[in-house]
This record gives sequence, C-alpha cells and structure tokens, in this order.
Amino acid sequence: MNYLRQVTRHLLKDLQLEWRSRDAINGMLFFSLLVVVVFSIAFDPTGNPTTTRQISGGILWIALLFASVTTLNQSWAREVRNSVLDAQRMVPAPPSALFLGKALANLAFVTVVELVIAPLFVIFFNVHALGNGWMLTAIMPLGTWALVVNGTFFAALGLRAKNRELLLPLLLFPISVPAILSMVNATTDVLTGDVDPIQPYFWIKLLAAYDIIFTTVCLLLFETILHAE
Amino acid sequence: MQLETPSRSVVPRVAAAAWFAVALVVLAIGFRQAIFLVPTEATMGNVQRIFYYHLPHAILGMVFPYVNCAASLAFLYWRRRDPWKALGADALAVASAEVTVIFVTIGLLTGSLWAKPAWGIWWAWDARTTTYLILWMLYVSYLIARKFSGGNDEGHTLAAVISVFAAIDVPISFMAIRWWRTQHPAPVFGGDGSLDASFYPAVWWNIAGWALWGFLVLGLRYSLERRRQRIQEEAALEAIEASLEITQ
Repeated sequence: MNYLRQVTRHLLKDLQLEWRSRDAINGMLFFSLLVVVVFSIAFDPTGNPTTTRQISGGILWIALLFASVTTLNQSWAREVRNSVLDAQRMVPAPPSALFLGKALANLAFVTVVELVIAPLFVIFFNVHALGNGWMLTAIMPLGTWALVVNGTFFAALGLRAKNRELLLPLLLFPISVPAILSMVNATTDVLTGDVDPIQPYFWIKLLAAYDIIFTTVCLLLFETILHAE
Repeated sequence: MQLETPSRSVVPRVAAAAWFAVALVVLAIGFRQAIFLVPTEATMGNVQRIFYYHLPHAILGMVFPYVNCAASLAFLYWRRRDPWKALGADALAVASAEVTVIFVTIGLLTGSLWAKPAWGIWWAWDARTTTYLILWMLYVSYLIARKFSGGNDEGHTLAAVISVFAAIDVPISFMAIRWWRTQHPAPVFGGDGSLDASFYPAVWWNIAGWALWGFLVLGLRYSLERRRQRIQEEAALEAIEASLEITQ
C-alpha cells in the first residue's frame, strides 16, 4: 500500500509538471503529425487503398515510436536540473517507485497523443478496421507500454552517457523488435481483417508477455542503474 | 585495493601457443575434410561446402552471448563485494561481446553468400536470418553503449544491465520472428533437414576447429583487457600516492 502511494506521488508530480508546460505532449503531437504527413507524401494513400490498409499499422507505430523517443529523454532531463536526481537517490523510498511513476506518466502522455492522432490518421489515410476494431483497445495500451517502459529505462540508463540523445534509440530499437513486430502485425491484422480472426490473439498474448517480462526486469534493475557509480 | 602481482610465468604463454597450434591443426583437418574429402551435396553441388563454415560460426555466435550474460551477472554480483573480481568479469564480458559480433558477422556473411545460389536472393527475411540480425544489432548496440558511457565503473554497470536485457530479448525475438515467417532449412541435427552421416566429419572438425579458435581469441582479448585494467589501476594508485605526498 505504501509502495502504491509512493508510485502515485511520483506519477502525480510528473503529470503536474507536464500540465504546467505541456512541452512533451505538444512536441510529440506535432512530431507524430509530421511523420504521418511525410508518409502520406512519400506514397499516395488515396490512389492505393489496399496498400494503405496493409502498411498503415506500421506507419502509425513508427510515428508513435519516433515521437516517444523524442520525449523520453526530456522526461529525465527534468530530474537532472537542480540536481533533483541526486536528491531522489537519497530518498528512502524504493527507486523502482520513481521509475514506475515516470513510466506511467509517459504512458499517459503517449496515450493522449494516440487519442488525438488516431482520428487524424483515419482521415488522412482513409482507413477503418475491417477486422475486430475493439481489439485495438487492447493492442494500443499494450504496445505503448512496451515502448514506454523500456524507453523510460534506457533514457535513465543513458542520462550520464555521452551522446545520450543518440544512445536511446540505439538501445531501444533492437530490444523492442519483438514488441514492434507484435504490435504492427496485430494492428495490421485488425485493419485488413483478411486473416483468421484468431491470429491477432497470438500477437496480443506475445505483446502482453513481453510487457510483463520487461516490466519485471526494469523494476529489478532500476536501482542498479540509479546507483551506478 | 589489493592487486594481484602480474604473473611473469611462461605457463600461460606456452599454453596459448600450444592451443593456437592445436587450433590450426584442427582447422587444417577441417578444411581438408570440407573441401576435398566429404562427398558433394546432390542438389546444390560444391556451393554447399560453405555450409561447413557457416554452421560453426552460426552455432558459436549463439554460445558467446551466454558467456557475455554470465560474465555480466557475475559483474553485477561482485560490483560491491569484490571490485577487482568484478573488473575481471567485465573484461570477460567485453571480450565475449566482441567475439560474438565477429562470429555473428561471419555467420551472416557466409549465410548471405550461400543464400544467393540456394534461394536466388542475398537476403531472405526468414526466421533464423532475422533473429541473427537482431542478435548482431543487440551486441553492436552493447559495444556502442560501452563506448558512449566511458570506461569507468559506472559505464561497466550500465553495460552489464544492457547485456542482461539483450540476453532476455534474444529468445523472445526468436519466438516472435519464428511465428512471423519461416523459410530457413529445418534444424540440421534431429530435424527434418537432417544431414547424411557422410557429411559429419567435415561438420564436426570445423565446429571443433572454430570453437578452439573462438575461445583462443576470447582468451587473448580477455588478457589484453585485464592488462589494460591493471595499468589503469596502477596509474590510479600512483596518482593517489602522489596526492598524499603533496599534502604532507
């Protein structure tokens, strides 16, 4: 119970900080909008509706992946200013509560971006789900959590490294390959609807397993990287 | 910190030289078996002989990551308990990561050379090829992260954490990609694409030879890293001693 309260405190602090500036959400929103527009310029979405349907799941996730990478570094940069992180190290609360609070805050930010970008996506790419659209309500949060939990962890890991802006995608992309594969395939299956309806379940299960495994690893190892020196 | 006195014994050197000689002999036998003695494969012809180099590198490329993971876990365990042992584990971790990258690179290149005549394309996004590419990317990013985070204790800790992540990620990638698509021949031993017994000598001699070679390179890289660490520690001790003299 105590742990839960500590996580909530960290989460509320991050949400409040974001509410004051709204830098992360605005930046991510505009960035993902730009990625979507650039992709619709790179090929013609109205001329090739079938192709559009097949690749739009991938484009959506690439836009979200790039957008979250741009903001994940910033979420820790906030803690470095005024040596807040050094203070956090001395706090008696478990370090994993700090991590979990921040990862949940990042999940909330990316979810807000998804809620805005999804309708735009439907309009620009002229797609609607031919399969079970309700499955997206499971795929989107699971996929977002997979990106955000590892992303938050690696952003913290790279805090004191040289070239930390570059280090995050270098670490996050290879580790996320199974998750990206699952979320893109599940989304594409739902959008195209031309496969066996059982198929997306496998990807959703794999995504859930990935989330559980890596959330556990992140929580276990966060203390080590917070006190790395 | 208590440092071991650098060993001036000739035993490791003689052992390494003997190991090197044995590796060369085994590789020579393997070469003779693979190129001249083993019968030509029925459908692919002589092109198939690259398999005797592809398979050992692919298998060993899957063995060295385990060394890396075990060394990283040992580093995390000894980090606070015995710093000098922890540095030894870290030296083994970096050596095995570098050897992994070399072996997986050779495995990918020979696989690609073989795929062109066998499948008609340089690169098929089939299950095992893709998994190997992910494996390669993970350990290259591990080495890059090591470089970015500096050669200090903090950098070693971060690298060990990344290594644990990579080790967990590989089996999940394997499963995901296997489901995604498969075109690679079935496992050679105990699978559908089983190998005729007449090919075994070339396979086993080459696996043995490249394993001897790989562990020799691993050992040399480890002792090199260990020597570098010792010099660094001695320099640090000297600096501390010098600073103490000034204050007196």
